Amino acid sequence: MMKKIKLHRLLLYLILLGMASIYIGPFLFSVSISFNASQDVFRWPIRLFPEEWTTENYANIWRDLPFATWLFNSTLITLVQTITNIFFAALAGFAFARLRFPGRNFIFGLFLASLMIPGIIVLVPRFLLLNELRMINTYPGLILPGLINVVNTFLMKQFFETIPRDLEDAARIDGCGYFRMFWQVFLPISKPALAAVAIYSFQGSWNEFLWPVISAITEDMFTLPVGMAFLRYEFKVHWPLLMAGTVLISLPTLTIFLVFQRYFVQGIATAGLKE
Amino acid sequence: MITFKKDSTQQTVAAYTFLAFPLLIFTGFMLFPVLFIFIIGFFDWNLLIPEKPFIGFENYTELSSDDLFYIALKNTSIYAFGVVPIQTLLALFLAFLMNQKIRGRAALRVAFYVPAITSSVVTSIIFLWIYSKPGLLNYLLSLVGIEGTDWITNPNTALYAIMALNIWTTSGYFMVSFLAGLQSIPASLYEAARIDGANTWQQFWKITVPMVRPITFFVVVLSLIGCFQVFDQIYVMSSGGPVNATTTMSYYIYTSAFKYFRLGYAASVSIVLAMIIWAATYIQKRYFPPEAY
Repeated sequence: MMKKIKLHRLLLYLILLGMASIYIGPFLFSVSISFNASQDVFRWPIRLFPEEWTTENYANIWRDLPFATWLFNSTLITLVQTITNIFFAALAGFAFARLRFPGRNFIFGLFLASLMIPGIIVLVPRFLLLNELRMINTYPGLILPGLINVVNTFLMKQFFETIPRDLEDAARIDGCGYFRMFWQVFLPISKPALAAVAIYSFQGSWNEFLWPVISAITEDMFTLPVGMAFLRYEFKVHWPLLMAGTVLISLPTLTIFLVFQRYFVQGIATAGLKE
Repeated sequence: MITFKKDSTQQTVAAYTFLAFPLLIFTGFMLFPVLFIFIIGFFDWNLLIPEKPFIGFENYTELSSDDLFYIALKNTSIYAFGVVPIQTLLALFLAFLMNQKIRGRAALRVAFYVPAITSSVVTSIIFLWIYSKPGLLNYLLSLVGIEGTDWITNPNTALYAIMALNIWTTSGYFMVSFLAGLQSIPASLYEAARIDGANTWQQFWKITVPMVRPITFFVVVLSLIGCFQVFDQIYVMSSGGPVNATTTMSYYIYTSAFKYFRLGYAASVSIVLAMIIWAATYIQKRYFPPEAY
């Protein structure tokens, strides 16, 4: 009986190990290529590790490509969108959860219904609108559509609904205005929910591809993912360089995930949704 | 009574002040586009031509006899109906394994989740390399004596290769959703089953699967919506090729609108795609509701 259980456990760990290497292996492999000194990575049989290691690819990225420009664009767009998403998701979530006003159910219903709208359907009209405003291939054009996200508003609304009424009443007796109540009473105790929104927004903006690939026309307006996709269609693809780029792009989201894992999982458990 | 009235006015003013900016963005980039696209679909709207004549349903009659539209529809259907069931089962299976009493659970969760938080462009580039003729996949296959093909440039394998990539990237994400559900199943259910002599396999199918049904519903809806709109991977890996073997609906919309600048036609294809997605969601809700049996 004991032996059977041990065998069972062994099998479980073997399956888990096998699965884990399928999920992680490709990343380790791309890291290995990014340190490869040889230009010729398409060689048969392949090597899992470079014969000659180098960090040159990481240096060349900044020299041979407009990597710094793309990094700046990605960082700017992500920072602005993350900040507005946190602030306005909380503000709107607070209004829906804590204030009674005419039109509340209607507006909330509209927000709810928009979740059923496939992203692809708004693409052409968004482009036309921003084209009319002469904002295609500009920062405002890249940033505006992602300033708020309905999913984040739901997350905050759900969170604010769990906060006991007593707290609100106490604030009201103190003569708090609604914005001060939001800012001084509700926000400070909402850190876990705010963190979840921050992480989702950051990750979503940083990885966004469909909108920037359409609205960034010239190389100097590209974001990092658009730039990398563009390089892939260069006449002669320089794989170690490309892999070094992909490793660098992945670092911010990976770091944030590792540091704030707890909130990631919490967010999914409460929202059950992802854009 | 007067104070109540005053308070309710205050609340209304506060609420609309708080909602003003979100409503503005929502109206401009969600509400207006959704209404506007139905109008664009009735026009011969070309970005390069100033005249935009009203043509009624002509865009729709054109797509109904457009071979490439049907190819895109077929590829998208194969993609969605191939990826969704496998991905859902795999996610549930991973969650089930992770829910056992095991060491290193946190590290494993990171491993399974990392593809889901990584840029789709990054995973596509990595897999482009893995799928190439002298790539990792063919190397592994050669170890067991199989000679592989160039997976992305071969029209018979390209779509399936990209489907496999999609399963790999999102199964870890949905695993976390399932894991939350699994942890809420009372342990007494499993104990009772064990006493009755049910093995792990039977416990999985007779307890786990029925108990997570509401989550399964969510996961299937979300991944269907995602798969019907697959774009990034197609753009980066194959550009819809070879010979349209990977042209999906969203990629077709993209090329119609932003390569050939036929925005009216692209709008009509988008509307058809949205209808298909809504129909699929409706059918699922109607015939496979989230509540158990």
